[in-house]
Amino acid sequence: MTSPFEYAPAPESRSVVDIAPSYGLFIDGEFTEAADGKVFKTVSPATEEVLSEVAQAGEADVDRAVRAARKAFETWSALPGAERAKYLFRIARIIQERSRELAVLETLDNGKPIKETRDADLPLVAAHFFYYAGWADKLDHAGYGKNPAPLGVAGQVIPWNFPLLMLAWKIAPALATGNTVVLKPAETTPLSALFFADICRQAGLPNGVVNILPGYGDAGAALTAHPDVDKVAFTGSTAVGKAIARQVAGTDKKVTLELGGKGANIVFDDAPIDQAVEGIVTGIFFNQGQVCCAGSRLLVQESIQEELLDSLKRRLSTLRLGDPLDKNTDIGAINSAEQLARITALADTGEAEGAERWSAPCELPENGYWFAPTLFTNVTQAHTIARDEIFGPVLSVLSFRTPDEAVAKANNTQYGLSAGIWTEKGSRILAVANKLRAGVVWANTFNKFDPTSPFGGYKESGFGREGGRHGLEAYLDV
Amino acid sequence: MSDRLTVLKTYKLYVGGKFPRSESGRVYEVNDSKGRWLANAPLASRKDARDAVVAARKAFGGWSGATAYNRGQVLYRVAEMLEGRKDQFVREVRDAEGISKSEAAAQVDAAIDRWVWYAGWTDKIAQVMGGANPVAGPFFNLSTPEPTGVVTVVAPQESSFLGLVSVLAPVIATGNTAVVIASERFPLPALSLGEVLATSDVPGGVVNILTGKTAEIAAPLAAHQDVNAIDLTGADAGLARELEVAAADNLKRVLRPQAVDFSADPGTHRLTAFLETKTVWHPTGSLGASGSAY
Repeated sequence: MTSPFEYAPAPESRSVVDIAPSYGLFIDGEFTEAADGKVFKTVSPATEEVLSEVAQAGEADVDRAVRAARKAFETWSALPGAERAKYLFRIARIIQERSRELAVLETLDNGKPIKETRDADLPLVAAHFFYYAGWADKLDHAGYGKNPAPLGVAGQVIPWNFPLLMLAWKIAPALATGNTVVLKPAETTPLSALFFADICRQAGLPNGVVNILPGYGDAGAALTAHPDVDKVAFTGSTAVGKAIARQVAGTDKKVTLELGGKGANIVFDDAPIDQAVEGIVTGIFFNQGQVCCAGSRLLVQESIQEELLDSLKRRLSTLRLGDPLDKNTDIGAINSAEQLARITALADTGEAEGAERWSAPCELPENGYWFAPTLFTNVTQAHTIARDEIFGPVLSVLSFRTPDEAVAKANNTQYGLSAGIWTEKGSRILAVANKLRAGVVWANTFNKFDPTSPFGGYKESGFGREGGRHGLEAYLDV
Repeated sequence: MSDRLTVLKTYKLYVGGKFPRSESGRVYEVNDSKGRWLANAPLASRKDARDAVVAARKAFGGWSGATAYNRGQVLYRVAEMLEGRKDQFVREVRDAEGISKSEAAAQVDAAIDRWVWYAGWTDKIAQVMGGANPVAGPFFNLSTPEPTGVVTVVAPQESSFLGLVSVLAPVIATGNTAVVIASERFPLPALSLGEVLATSDVPGGVVNILTGKTAEIAAPLAAHQDVNAIDLTGADAGLARELEVAAADNLKRVLRPQAVDFSADPGTHRLTAFLETKTVWHPTGSLGASGSAY
């Protein structure tokens, strides 16, 4: 049966972005080969097409980049804040100008829908630079005392789920406060960081202030271990976060870690169901669920469970999975074959442990890495899928009877990054929010981000905050 | 050099996003420091002042309701536009104030950077001046600064451009709208600034610029019941006192004239002078003492 709501394809044009066949490392203002000449391929997860060949940083390159950043630190940190601010404002404006190009690039390299890169990632990237630009000459007003000093060279390692946005979260506050950076993007999504290097060139940023080292985990480990790195900032898995915490033990390095999550989205019986359904969908299917603050556990009050699940399944059946460059696409590709295998294995474990699986009826493209939006019912707190971060479009549904039970279940996790509360009652929102051990609590909304708003986790979701006035602390000697 | 005759500019007021002449039909002669004629400037009337207040009030809802991020970008846009018209302002400031070209250039550069400074404040002032208050009870309690409304700005008399920008930008950064009385003797840079604002995404009516006799224009504005605050920087001691008395009638917020070095770090007092603090209470309810110990 053909649906009366059939969409014609509406692909965003690729012609807006020009991807070179190969890219180097960006060290001291220049693109250069890796010392050992190694390269790796980056592919489009939606088609498995090779997009480009990228130099792969090793230990020697890390050392060279850290030296460049150290050298640049002297002059960069000595610049008046107002001048640093103007560099960052320039970067923000150039990102705005080139945002469509970067959105298409990000969608190609990451696999997420163009709707998201265009309307969420890129506007937030530009806003983040704009916001921290303004702080560069106002640090005396930030609440950390008079004339707070930068730390030095920041070694930053970022994940593949929001490549350019995570870069912005790392680089903008670091530069605003007078640090210089060496940043390692994820091996599956190096391209937008390399385009950012070109933006630094257009902005006239002094050489060595920003260095970009595409590479694998070994390069990341070499960077965070480098003795001349003063600050380590990492966003990624809890396992790697713990390894970094061990690695820096006994040093003077300042560390911030933004790690995994298993966010609870709590829906009370007085919640507006349709809005809650939209919030649940945003919470777990935004970016294919590859979001550390995803609302991956739905806690629904027992009396409305059936009604809510019916609505939710109906809504999930309308999600459009496919070509990420199509402007109508809701669900894009999983970022890599490796990630797809992890999601698949965890979902299989869910079934094996007795939870009931339901997937939205949608056709998966032949090439590329895809996973249909999926939810599990009959999930208990002991189930693996209720405990482990899946980092994919998989929702585990649990129920509760009283607010106390909801809070106890929500907090019953090693993580503490995000949570959601759905109810019409303001006092209940605040009472529940008070009890939740999570760094970000969304009420009657979910997955909202803003450069002025601090973000970060409790417990094993990491420590430190990014964004807002609070985000400055991570890069200041205070 | 060619013998071409230059085209002179008719300087006009800037009110509600438009460039009207004074409704009074009056102008006055503006001369350079050596007494040579530069242009005629509108000699604004009480009626022009009242029209400006109407325009500023009309613009207040939209401007104060815009996101802080949006206001920041608009202020930054002003800096971008000024950078491109720097030569014009250097010439006007030099001619007006009788200073050297390099001194005038330094003033204009500082004025452009000042827009950037305040562009960065729009989305930070609430984080610095507001916050959660730990009241002793089960309540969420949050204080937020909000713009006070329509602000009359008596711009500095001596610093025709840097001084003007230094008093105007902080007023609109937080979401107020302004009625500016330009320097009486050096009004031309202010009128040209209106042309920049009109092409910088600043909504019409957010800034209104009047030129003429400071005392004549300021009196009705200080007494105006729909003006919320007044910055007296450009008023001499006697006038400032008179205006403050008039302003007391509807308890306008008053920023008194004080010695200002416009080249120094501006700080935050010009931002906070025109802010109200709003505090919201909401019960937090209770889930019982047990809660969760995880």
